[in-house]
Amino acid sequence: MGSERMLINIGPQHPATHGVLRLVLELDGETVIRCVPHIGYLHCGFEKIGEYRQYNQIIPWTDREDYLNSMGNNIAYALGAERLFGIEITPRCTVLRVIAMELSRIISHLVWLGTTAVDLGAFTPFLWTFQERETVYNLFESWVGARLTTSASRIGGMAADLPPGWVDGLKGFLRSLPKTLDETDRMLTRNGIWVGRTVGLGVMTAPEAINYGLSGPMLRASGVAYDVRKDFPYLDYDTYDWDIVVGSRGDVYDRYLVRLEEMRQSVRIIEQALERLPDGPLNIDDPRVILPAKSKATSEMESMIHHFKLVMEGPRPPVGECYVPTESPKGEKGYYLVSDGTSKPVRWRIRPPAFVNLSAISKMAEGHLLSDVIAINASIDIVMGEIDR
Amino acid sequence: MTVLPGAALPSGTPDPVTPRGLPHRGGDANPSVEALRARFGGAIGRHEVMWGETTVWVEPARIREIVLWLRDDPTQQYDYLVDVTAVEHRDAGRPLEMVWHVRSLPYRRFLRLKAALPDGADLEVPSIEPVYKSANWLEREVWDMFGIRFAGHSDLRRILLWESYAEGYPLRKDFPLRGRFSRSEQLSQALAANPEARYSMEELTVADAFHELPADMRARLLAEHDEVGA
Repeated sequence: MGSERMLINIGPQHPATHGVLRLVLELDGETVIRCVPHIGYLHCGFEKIGEYRQYNQIIPWTDREDYLNSMGNNIAYALGAERLFGIEITPRCTVLRVIAMELSRIISHLVWLGTTAVDLGAFTPFLWTFQERETVYNLFESWVGARLTTSASRIGGMAADLPPGWVDGLKGFLRSLPKTLDETDRMLTRNGIWVGRTVGLGVMTAPEAINYGLSGPMLRASGVAYDVRKDFPYLDYDTYDWDIVVGSRGDVYDRYLVRLEEMRQSVRIIEQALERLPDGPLNIDDPRVILPAKSKATSEMESMIHHFKLVMEGPRPPVGECYVPTESPKGEKGYYLVSDGTSKPVRWRIRPPAFVNLSAISKMAEGHLLSDVIAINASIDIVMGEIDR
Repeated sequence: MTVLPGAALPSGTPDPVTPRGLPHRGGDANPSVEALRARFGGAIGRHEVMWGETTVWVEPARIREIVLWLRDDPTQQYDYLVDVTAVEHRDAGRPLEMVWHVRSLPYRRFLRLKAALPDGADLEVPSIEPVYKSANWLEREVWDMFGIRFAGHSDLRRILLWESYAEGYPLRKDFPLRGRFSRSEQLSQALAANPEARYSMEELTVADAFHELPADMRARLLAEHDEVGA
């Protein structure tokens, strides 16, 4: 019997497309012959807006790119701007940033795990993972006053130091999270439906994954042990004891295993960070970028001038450019900043890991069944705010 | 199979450490710069080291053969394309700059390649998509935002904005922050548009709105149709 090819749209705003992604699929029966992704719907224009904002005013925009990793983005941007200014942050700030970035990785992976389980028909892990995520949001809220859009970092420091009792709350989370991960592991890893719907799907070999520019768990699941934290370290990641998690098959199942184990590694890093958390100042003492204490600003002429100039004119880095990569939950996220010596960047470029990862979806989806596209799309871990910009 | 970054380094090479106290300008240049000069001669311009990163200026027309060599030469192995972007300076006299960030996983090196695109000339460079698949969307984005064409790209069309977007290239410095058209003009255009006409070339069989597409897109489609028919 002759068959007729059919075009169908998945998304935008389909529960399984994780944002405003539209996938145009050409089907032969249930087999995907061609997959054409369409992005571009939000048009937030982050990079354009950055040209009209002072360096510190850009931080709230970084929250909104990958809103599951806002703390990580804040800090990644601050690291880029600090290199442009030639600033070294304090030891306490360094350790607190490591804790914040690893907590962001955990909650991003938790959301991924819960929503992917829902996509594939399992609802319970969604409740467990979102409950754990809520604990981290409570910690963020008590630290910086916001849950989702944290805007926590500043050039040369952080917006606030830890409130009393915060470390105890974090220790409680570090005790409960591994139990939840073990429980999810028991429910999914050897589950017949889960295995049947993930193994052998969307395979990317190591050379393919490198050539397609994949990064993060997508790359590591293909067997490439590349992690920015180890290979191009920032903060003080080079002094922690932890392992890069790699897969061997490069399929949807391995991406699940890699993310699950990465959360355990993040717990390891945070535990070490808590042991070494030093006292001392949080922010550097540099009037070029850091606001003076309120009491000083109202009582000393010099401090008042610094305060005024920083707020009205903004800090001015020297002429130059830099690219600082970081390991976000979705892969290599870097900010490329170009300064012409004024208080606003000439160019603020986001290197978006999810954008590059998603570009490989056609390669991964073609030849599989329609229902497999949902699993493959979920395995990429996309946030459209970062892809569309 | 596990691919280890840094695998091409001599055994016993210490693990990388966080760079600290980087100088604003100066310092050791990436050794690939000298190798590039020896291989490509005049196509390689000046280089500079800033905040520990090496930037090397290249002739735009030869970018594809340069990255191909960088990727495949055993002493270089820049197997990973990090990013493709462009920079337009506020100083109108300065040319538009193309920027490629490439990385060698086996040697743990990072290199920035730059090419100046003089004002008034054709904004076109060879596509490096045949060398790195990741350049596909990254080059489409640069085309969409800056209007720089990539010769030899397999599917060069807008990616973030829609095909019939008529306001220009948003990341160019002469593009106003709020767009060229007023809010009321944007609204009236949006209301007057046929939603079916927003479908792109791939989906025309379902869109059935060929006559409402922009003229250049119709011409491209017809050309493609003729090609397929031939």
